[in-house]
Amino acid sequence: MPTSHLSTKGKPPRRQLNLQQQRVRAAYMFLLPMLIMLLLVAAWPLFRSISFSFTDATADTLFNGQSRWVGFDNYLERRVRSNGEVRWRGVLVDADWWNAVWNTIRFSIVSVSLEAFFGLLVALVLNMEFKGRGLVRAAILIPWAIPTVVSARMWGWMLNDQFGVINYMMMGVGLISAPIAWTASSDTAMLAVLIVDVWKTTPFMALLILAGLQMIPRDMYEAAKLDGIHPVKVFLRVTLPMIKPALMVAVIFRALDALRIFDLVYLLTPQSDATVTMSVLSYREIQQFGDYGEGSAMSTLLFVIITLFVLLYIKLGRVDLTGGTR
Amino acid sequence: MERSLLGNILFYIGVMLIVVISVYPFYYAIITSFESGTALFKPNFFPESFSLENYKNVLSQRSFLRSFVNSVFIASVTVGFALLLAVTASYALARVTFRGRGLLLMTILGVSMFPQIAVLSGLYELINVLGIYNKPWALVLSYTIFTLPFTVWVLTTFMRELPIEIEEAAIIDGATPWVVITKVFLPLLWPALVTTGLLAFIGAWNEFLFALTFTISETERTVPVAIALLSGASSQEVPWGAIMAASVIVTVPLIILVLIFQRKIVAGLTAGGVKG
Repeated sequence: MPTSHLSTKGKPPRRQLNLQQQRVRAAYMFLLPMLIMLLLVAAWPLFRSISFSFTDATADTLFNGQSRWVGFDNYLERRVRSNGEVRWRGVLVDADWWNAVWNTIRFSIVSVSLEAFFGLLVALVLNMEFKGRGLVRAAILIPWAIPTVVSARMWGWMLNDQFGVINYMMMGVGLISAPIAWTASSDTAMLAVLIVDVWKTTPFMALLILAGLQMIPRDMYEAAKLDGIHPVKVFLRVTLPMIKPALMVAVIFRALDALRIFDLVYLLTPQSDATVTMSVLSYREIQQFGDYGEGSAMSTLLFVIITLFVLLYIKLGRVDLTGGTR
Repeated sequence: MERSLLGNILFYIGVMLIVVISVYPFYYAIITSFESGTALFKPNFFPESFSLENYKNVLSQRSFLRSFVNSVFIASVTVGFALLLAVTASYALARVTFRGRGLLLMTILGVSMFPQIAVLSGLYELINVLGIYNKPWALVLSYTIFTLPFTVWVLTTFMRELPIEIEEAAIIDGATPWVVITKVFLPLLWPALVTTGLLAFIGAWNEFLFALTFTISETERTVPVAIALLSGASSQEVPWGAIMAASVIVTVPLIILVLIFQRKIVAGLTAGGVKG
């Protein structure tokens, strides 16, 4: 395809420069539509949400411009009563908020740890050669493919206190003597959410870890075997260090998902204080109570927490998420 | 790898356990969906009765069919749009060296991992200002927030794998970057586009928070919201049979797609996650 670009032939250094310049200019043009779109749907709404958190906007005043700037009052406000008594209010002194923060953190730590553990187990199994391996890999994709709403409903039915098959099974083998109200009782609600989340997302973890496992050269195992090294030691000294990068990336992806969890909690254990997370509380504040100011303050805090977590994780874990920009 | 007989037996028990735990809940949803009346409320492990009542019940509701159509439309348009923008953007990110590329890549990854709630109120305002509240376009617009960065990220990974020689040959022939993308790379990228598109489609199809917030009328709902809000004759009575039938209807197409494209999906998931 000879075009006019070839006219500078014979002056290689200059042509190189032009070509590079031309490529960079084209690159910017190619990136522009995506960047505009991301500014419109991500950056701008984020900026507006953060702005709302400094106003007293409600569902009524959101569009008529009557909401006022209140500074940090949604976060923390000092009120002096007429009798001189000092009262603090705002999200940062809200017991419900801190309950949601601890629920979210507890949920994230436990679910991601369990998923990493079971994911590793499943990945190790899938990394072996055996009859029916393809079938197993297909089977574990099923929980991953099922929409969260559907899995919440499905498990809600299985965990039903009166007609649920889980109670039926457990009573059948004598594990429990009376049916448990899994999703309604505050003792077991978190457990129910954890069970469903681990069931649904372990496959994702397993597949990412499996990809890491498959990059380990087979002869490393052969060599270890010839030297008569105990399998457990091989696992700790060879396998684990080799899959660490894959594991670290899988863990952060899952952790970010866990920290923002909404649908599963909202559907499986509605109204339960034992499971309400930051996203759910913020959603309730905004949608149900129409308090855009405080709701946005909550969502902004969640955003800050997640950002800090990611920065810390990347720094401490020295994770390279860009996949080696060549 | 040789194992002892006992080891072998234990290994296969473990394998069986993985398969049963993965498949059983959906299997149970399927058998429940074919039961009605009192049979529904009797826990059982194998199908004992067969009735299509729940399916008739769900499919006779016009709003459910409408939700299905909405979901197909919204997810397809979102993915098509994201892929359109992502192909050129990922070419720039994968093949051209320019200042700030690493930072841009991190930002894109950051946006795809974003807590959706953090933009909810701002997006609600934007959607109302644009006059698309309670319209499919509200969801197409808001889903772009996660489908676009995701497709860009995964396509960038795939695009890096393409051999540099092909591109160099095209450039020496005088091809502009646009020609390189459309005539040289696109034909090679079809498998990657299918994979990425499918993953983004699943993401859009399953989305719940935005769909719940930005639609209000029954006719504008997507399938996840329709299932979540499916209620019986009275508010006390949860129509489990109908919910299971609806769940099976929306999940079976996904599972079939996933099983057909199994290998591609695994490749796409890991391309997004593990450094190559």
